[in-house]
Amino acid sequence: MTSPSTGRSPKGTGTITVPPAARHSRIVGVGGYRPKRVVPNSELVDRINSSDEWIRERSGITARHVAEPDESVVDMAEAATRQALDHAGITAEQLDFILVATVTHPFQTPAAAPELAARLGSTAAATDISAACAGYCYGVAMASDMVRGGSADHVLVVGVEKLSDFTDYDDRGTAFIFGDGAGAAVIGPSDTPGIGPTVWGSDGTQRDVISQVQPWTELRQPWSEPTNDPRLWPAIGMAGPSVFRWAVWGMAPIAQQALDRAGVTADDLDAFIPHQANVRIIDAMAKQLKLPADVPIARDITTTANTSAASVPLATARMLADGEAPSGGLALQIGFGAGLVYAAQVVVLP
Amino acid sequence: MAQSEQEILAGLAEIVNEETGLDTASVEMDKSFTEDLDIDSLSMMTIVVNAEEKFGVRIPDDEVKNLKTVRDAVTFIANAQS
Repeated sequence: MTSPSTGRSPKGTGTITVPPAARHSRIVGVGGYRPKRVVPNSELVDRINSSDEWIRERSGITARHVAEPDESVVDMAEAATRQALDHAGITAEQLDFILVATVTHPFQTPAAAPELAARLGSTAAATDISAACAGYCYGVAMASDMVRGGSADHVLVVGVEKLSDFTDYDDRGTAFIFGDGAGAAVIGPSDTPGIGPTVWGSDGTQRDVISQVQPWTELRQPWSEPTNDPRLWPAIGMAGPSVFRWAVWGMAPIAQQALDRAGVTADDLDAFIPHQANVRIIDAMAKQLKLPADVPIARDITTTANTSAASVPLATARMLADGEAPSGGLALQIGFGAGLVYAAQVVVLP
Repeated sequence: MAQSEQEILAGLAEIVNEETGLDTASVEMDKSFTEDLDIDSLSMMTIVVNAEEKFGVRIPDDEVKNLKTVRDAVTFIANAQS
């Protein structure tokens, strides 16, 4: 762009002051929240003419946690956040930015993040991320860059979903897949690199393979003629086999790139924490990655099911709590889902 | 290079065996993947991706649902190779 000739030159008397740039970042604390109510496969099988064995074989899922009707996305996010703040050893006042990754907060506006901030007594900048099952890893990347760039000292990243509100319990393809829950992480400054470069991207040509079956605007029509037709509800639908192909053969190379960009190999890992989509995706991805047998693989899905944005931080919190992965160890995490969108990075576990 | 249907069948049987543990001899032309061989949709996708690599063809997602029998798959691969 050429500037118009005004005959004026810059004063040059002032320079913008910014915080020191290019420091390192790391995850300083994590927390997780699972709703009390556990729903085993046996409670779902009648409506989809299925069996516990069939569901286990196809997904590895035995049960999922389901929120109470009056338990909101923000309620669950708050519970996970309080744990993460405790683990990080900081107070909510020290948060400079709050990112909530969710696709099930039932308000298009306002976002969940400002409400969460208010619950915590914080007035930090706050916004939501709509990146489905990749939302947490997107958030970690953005938070890391905020900390490294100096625009924030501490950033809260929450992945939270109440998928039970958007599940069609008569759909054999998805009825047993989803669960509810929240996972949170605090990202802060570090003396050493704690979050590797993120490999991320999207493929909007495959928008239909995981999508709400209707846009919200379709719900306006029946208002004049009240109906209980469940087909009108914008539940989340999924073309399972297409998602499987993309997740395994498309995402394993992305995970490998995240290792390469971080300058480590699979042998260096203390944990592999992929999005908990389906045990068969997890197993096939580990096989494609040629993951060494001694690297623990997150399998939180077994009793938590697929909690979309919450799955990676929930699995991280569980692996740390159970001693399955060590504090200070290296974890490869990858999120992928509706969009389609994905993000992967190597992190040091808090 | 285009292969004969028998060569494709033999190669496909190896892929099915690797994914499911089924004996290669049980992978016959008229068998249905789902009903006779009890192969579910995710295993079918694994077989499809491995077949793409082995036979050097592209099998789009939309096409997979049309591959009901072993013969459907063998014919599709043979046509795609030629």
